[in-house]
Amino acid sequence: MIARVLERNPRFSNWLYGFTPPERGPIELVHRRVYILPTRLGWFFAGTLAVLLVGSINYALQLGFALTFVLAGLGLAGMVHTARNLARIAVAAGRAEPVFAGESAQFRLYLDGRGTFDRPAILARHLGSDSQFVVDIAPAAVAEVVLARPAERRGWLPLGRVMLETRFPLGLFRAWSHVEPDVRCLVYPRPERSALPPFSGEAAAGALRTPTPGSDDFAGLRGYQKSDSPRHIAWKAVARSQEMLTKQFAGEAASELWLDAKLLPQGLTLEQVLSRLAGWVLAAERAGAHYGLRLPGVEIAPARGDLHRAACLQALALYS
Amino acid sequence: MNHPLAPEQRQIGARELAWLIASLALVVAPHALRAPWWLTLLTLCLYGWRMYFALDRGPLPSRWLVLGVAAVGMLGVWIEYRTLFGRQPGILLLMLFSGLKLLETRTHRDAAIGAFLGYFLVITNFLYTQGIPTAATMCLAIFMLTAALVGFAAPQRAARANLRTAALLLAHAAPAALVLFVLFPRVQGPLWGLPQDAYAGMTGLSDTMAPGALSSLALSDAIAFRAEFQGASPPPPARYWRGPVLWDFDGRTWSIGPSFLTGFVAPRGGRDAYRYEVVLEPHNRTWLFALETAASLPEGARMSFDGQILSATPVRARMRYELASVVAPEPRSSEPAGVLRRALRLPEGFNPRASELAAEWRAASADDAGVLRRAIDFLRDGGFVYTLEPPLLGPDSVDEFLFSTKEGFCEHFSSAFVFLMRAAGVPARVVTGYQGGELNLVDNILTVRQSDAHAWAEVFLAGRGWLRVDPTAAAVPGRLESGLARSVPQASALPLMMRPELEWLRAVRDRWEAAAHKWNVWVLGYNPERQRDLMASVGIRDADWRTLTAALFAFLGAMTLVLLAWSLKRLARPDPLQKAWRAFCRKLAARGVERSPAEGPRDYAARAARALPTARRSILRIGALYIALRYGAHASAAGLTRFRKLVREFRPT
Repeated sequence: MIARVLERNPRFSNWLYGFTPPERGPIELVHRRVYILPTRLGWFFAGTLAVLLVGSINYALQLGFALTFVLAGLGLAGMVHTARNLARIAVAAGRAEPVFAGESAQFRLYLDGRGTFDRPAILARHLGSDSQFVVDIAPAAVAEVVLARPAERRGWLPLGRVMLETRFPLGLFRAWSHVEPDVRCLVYPRPERSALPPFSGEAAAGALRTPTPGSDDFAGLRGYQKSDSPRHIAWKAVARSQEMLTKQFAGEAASELWLDAKLLPQGLTLEQVLSRLAGWVLAAERAGAHYGLRLPGVEIAPARGDLHRAACLQALALYS
Repeated sequence: MNHPLAPEQRQIGARELAWLIASLALVVAPHALRAPWWLTLLTLCLYGWRMYFALDRGPLPSRWLVLGVAAVGMLGVWIEYRTLFGRQPGILLLMLFSGLKLLETRTHRDAAIGAFLGYFLVITNFLYTQGIPTAATMCLAIFMLTAALVGFAAPQRAARANLRTAALLLAHAAPAALVLFVLFPRVQGPLWGLPQDAYAGMTGLSDTMAPGALSSLALSDAIAFRAEFQGASPPPPARYWRGPVLWDFDGRTWSIGPSFLTGFVAPRGGRDAYRYEVVLEPHNRTWLFALETAASLPEGARMSFDGQILSATPVRARMRYELASVVAPEPRSSEPAGVLRRALRLPEGFNPRASELAAEWRAASADDAGVLRRAIDFLRDGGFVYTLEPPLLGPDSVDEFLFSTKEGFCEHFSSAFVFLMRAAGVPARVVTGYQGGELNLVDNILTVRQSDAHAWAEVFLAGRGWLRVDPTAAAVPGRLESGLARSVPQASALPLMMRPELEWLRAVRDRWEAAAHKWNVWVLGYNPERQRDLMASVGIRDADWRTLTAALFAFLGAMTLVLLAWSLKRLARPDPLQKAWRAFCRKLAARGVERSPAEGPRDYAARAARALPTARRSILRIGALYIALRYGAHASAAGLTRFRKLVREFRPT
């Protein structure tokens, strides 16, 4: 119920948890942000203490009192230790590699223990999905947490709110804290397989030729360009000459291709169009073609390589 | 939704279980000495059984099997004790349940509850004994149980690390525990009725004395009480600790009979006043022991007509009281006629020869004092032997002892003597208590044991009041000077510690008992009075529960703050270079040049230098120095000092 109240009143929730999302840079879990309450086991422990106390009074057992008070002190110390296990951790978000819609986005968080002590059994849970991860932070070390979140739609996918929780060392208390790091994952449209477009328009104007069988025959070396695929770098030649060289293949120069939304059948929705185009981008890259992308308002000149492919897919992901 | 930290969703591993079982075994180990052998065996089998399942990774036994074992165990306890609800059977059942609980322990939650049960079992040990060895064993058990709990929270962690955490937790718990122990308001229990057998097994004098009663007590090394004297302690022959006075004789057994309380009248005169404090072991009776004649009464105590000091309730916990005594005060010359008549009463038809002898003394003596002299002479010259193993006596016990067996313990001597006095018409009574005690040379405390139990007589002489006569001392003079050990023949079974050849062992024991006494007084004897005294000694007069509670919470709050401060402290400090660099960034940010997270020091310094042309040179110099110190091969302490100085003096305008 409390969770629902917090959900409906984000401002109250932000005030309660002591921050306004999203947060830039490493987030330090200051004490103000660490919450602590007894667990069910903790209440059970308190009940045991009450019984021990009454028994000690009744039988006038001085050592019974001593036992009860040692356990009470243990509860107190356990509370401080549990809060300490979480407090002052610095949470930094790592890069989330782009994914296609329908896959799951992998967010990486780095928990910096910043202490001379270890912090065992810390749970990171993404609120709103079932994704969770338990990690032990070694003394003065950084632990990596991977939270997977399903990517359903193209565009930017923010991580959202993450809860960090611990019950170490006694399990009598549960300390937790919320963070919402400023990290997002780019989600490409779900690629749809279809045949590459026929060579029409500029393609027919003569600059291009259909790739022919055997077009990947080695044709020579040229200077390296940033967009070249690492697979085509002539590593042996590089080792000899200390100069970056790229292998050129016979079919390459001829296979320039425009992936144009206009080439798609009429009547497709925008999302379907973007899916088809994403499928083309993948197929064209696989085929080793030089390809360009054209959508209403967007035009990317033909090129090839991983960066070019990423640029095309990003344009599709963010197209509106 | 599954929750990886929820204990109810985490299966217990063999290592955690082994810890738990080992700590539970340690907790119940002292009970094994008191439990019937089959129950100990059954509990151990259950522990072993569970461990077997853990190693074998087989499924646990069905609930029905566990219930069956529980039923058999309960039936066994019922057969042994005819009840399930006394203290002893209750504790034994709890011990059994600890094994049964293990058999259905699957998750960390079950295991944690098993550990709580372990904590509870610790306290059941204290119902039997609260001595230093028990306390030490249970400290170890608490440590192990705590380590087990830590293990449940972090099962992957190295066992050594978990032990260290448990030790740290207990070290942090100790100050709070101490404050709670000292300040928690003590109330005089009990809150409700205790089980019938709650005080079984306390030893001490009884309100009756039959032949053999004291000699069985004399074999016990158990401590009756300890006394600490202010100033000199009395010499051994003067250490008569007066206890119950026995008036009525039925031919075999002496008993207290009807008694009533009188107001306390302080004795006048007398020599050798002693002031002392007694720490009395619980004996489940109301009488308190005082040396010779009490010159004052402990708080809350009363006095009976025959001079016994009685507490208001039976002494069921170790009790401390202060007393003063005098030796040989001015006699109270008069005694009501009824009391004197009672001091002459004898059962009809017993011990004819003794009655005859008494009549002869009466006829031959001018007064009661003459009779007394003859009786003492008779005992001294009669060839009596003092023994812990007297022969059994028939119905005319006094006749047999005086004229045929001539071997006896103090109860025989005192019983025969008082019989003779009464038969001769001299009012007399039997007094039981303790004679002697051993002075511990380490802390100067006199320890009186059950083996010092003694019985003597008091006779009433007109004009001189009640006089103490010790017939045992008259017959066997060595008894008082050197104690029991030298008075009985060597062959008799003496308590181990009383054998003279074991002097060194006694020295060790003296030290040990000095420590135990301190423990008794300061830990086990910490009652409402002592709490009040302690508070008064630090200047808090009349501390009631409100004051104590307020102080308690103040201390606990302060302690939590100290702990919190500790938890903040143990962070790796940012290194001084980083700290100075951050200060530099803050200074620039204050002038509107904020470093973006992705910006390296070179780019940032260049940008800042462009934005603040007046401070250009120092900005670039600081940036370059930072890069050199951070990434360069020749970072030095001098460079760091210079860098900090530059940053400190950097004031962009």
